[in-house]
Amino acid sequence: MAYALIAVGYSLVFGILRLINFSHGSVYAFGAHIALLFVGFQFGVIPAVLLSIVFTGLLGVAIDKTALAPLRKKNSIPIAALITTIGISNIIQNLLMIFFGSEKKAFPAFFDFGMVNLGIAKVNSTQIVMCVVSLILLAALMLLVNKTKIGLAMRATEQNAKAASLMGINVNFVIGFTFFLGGASAAIAGSLISGYYQIVYPGMGFMAGLKAFAAAVLGGIGSLPGSVLGGLVVGVSESLAATFLGSTYRDSMAFIILIIVLIFKPTGFFGKKTITKV
Amino acid sequence: MLKVEGLHTYYGNIRALKGIDMEIQQGEIVTLIGSNGAGKTTTLNSIAGIVRSAKGSITFEGKSIVGMPAHSMVKMGISLAPEGREVFPALTVEENLRLGAYIKNDKGQISAAFDRVYTLFPRLKERIRQQAGTLSGGEQQMLAIGRALMNEPKLLLLDEPSLGLAPNIVLMIFDLIQDINKQGVTILLVEQNANMALSVAHRAYVLEIGKISMQGKASDLANDPRVRQAYLGLA
Repeated sequence: MAYALIAVGYSLVFGILRLINFSHGSVYAFGAHIALLFVGFQFGVIPAVLLSIVFTGLLGVAIDKTALAPLRKKNSIPIAALITTIGISNIIQNLLMIFFGSEKKAFPAFFDFGMVNLGIAKVNSTQIVMCVVSLILLAALMLLVNKTKIGLAMRATEQNAKAASLMGINVNFVIGFTFFLGGASAAIAGSLISGYYQIVYPGMGFMAGLKAFAAAVLGGIGSLPGSVLGGLVVGVSESLAATFLGSTYRDSMAFIILIIVLIFKPTGFFGKKTITKV
Repeated sequence: MLKVEGLHTYYGNIRALKGIDMEIQQGEIVTLIGSNGAGKTTTLNSIAGIVRSAKGSITFEGKSIVGMPAHSMVKMGISLAPEGREVFPALTVEENLRLGAYIKNDKGQISAAFDRVYTLFPRLKERIRQQAGTLSGGEQQMLAIGRALMNEPKLLLLDEPSLGLAPNIVLMIFDLIQDINKQGVTILLVEQNANMALSVAHRAYVLEIGKISMQGKASDLANDPRVRQAYLGLA
């Protein structure tokens, strides 16, 4: 479920901009650090997470406004934006090292009510919370995209940004808003996952981000339910691989599945084929 | 209502518009005709704020609108149905129209706008839940015009509404353009089909490689030997 939470952020931004935001892993690490910072100020865990959501969302907006919006204005090639996000990822990661130190820091466990017996298996309560939060986040985002006015504007911008501006939609605002949502979801993921592993460090977003990206592609990038399902598949197959093949193979699982899926179903589970009629 | 003076627009180093002057009065249908590459679409896109002009002024109802972004133009009351229709293909007809009224928040106003568009284009009403990308070319053109009408514009800019349509559909679209005009919407029509455009318009401008070469009453231009030879295919 951890990957599902991060994968949603990839899908959100990709769904609007057709851009893979490789800085998302670092944004996730940023969210975890900000939550830790406010926990350190004795704000309590829930307010700390809420503050982290706001600040990380604003970080998403800042990334868009400072680095990506100027590229859009110049009509630069898509690969330029992609490489830019990799650069941003490094900047964020290094800033985190400067301000928080590169060592691993303890994060308080929360929502930890011990093990819960589900009959066939015992599950850690934090995992249940993560699962529930992922589903709530998914439902909330889907409602927002499919049922609200700003969601309609997001879908219109995705399909044709020029036509959207002719409708009176401020396209830059819609894109900024999408980055805010992406950042906010990264903060939720960062806080919850750190609460589970009880550890936070600047490089935490690298592997997690790559695997979540694999999960998003697996589910059909751009599709929100797809990214949650993809996250589940990646997570479960990792655990299975660790158990049956040994933990050395654990990290490779996400990518093995990704390669297999790309060969047989390039659009992923829920990917849409777009038809353009001339 | 709309006044364009000395408008210059560049694409990189290429001068697309070399000083356009034109004026549109309230209630008129004005057409801008010319051959491929003359700058017709560029003129409309400059007015609608999609491309930025380097020099010149555009005033709408006495206010300068040059340099304003496209989404603000809509709030001023200028609406463009772009060349090639540009409907949102994966959204339904209803969602496309709802987006046309994006700047409106009043539910009553929005449903009145829906009624008006459905009365003009009953075909769209039959296809409310259909994805816009699956409509025929003529229906997509109706949707593009209907969508542009949803925000109740004062000035409607139409770019090549006849493009790629069967002759009987073209006739129907031009009838509707006149109906829309009779409802009080001022129209600036860009067309390659000069014959049709001159038959519905009150006044016309002829555009040649970025400059206005002729202007006058549409009926006069339709009888002008130069226009007849160059644009109407008549000797």
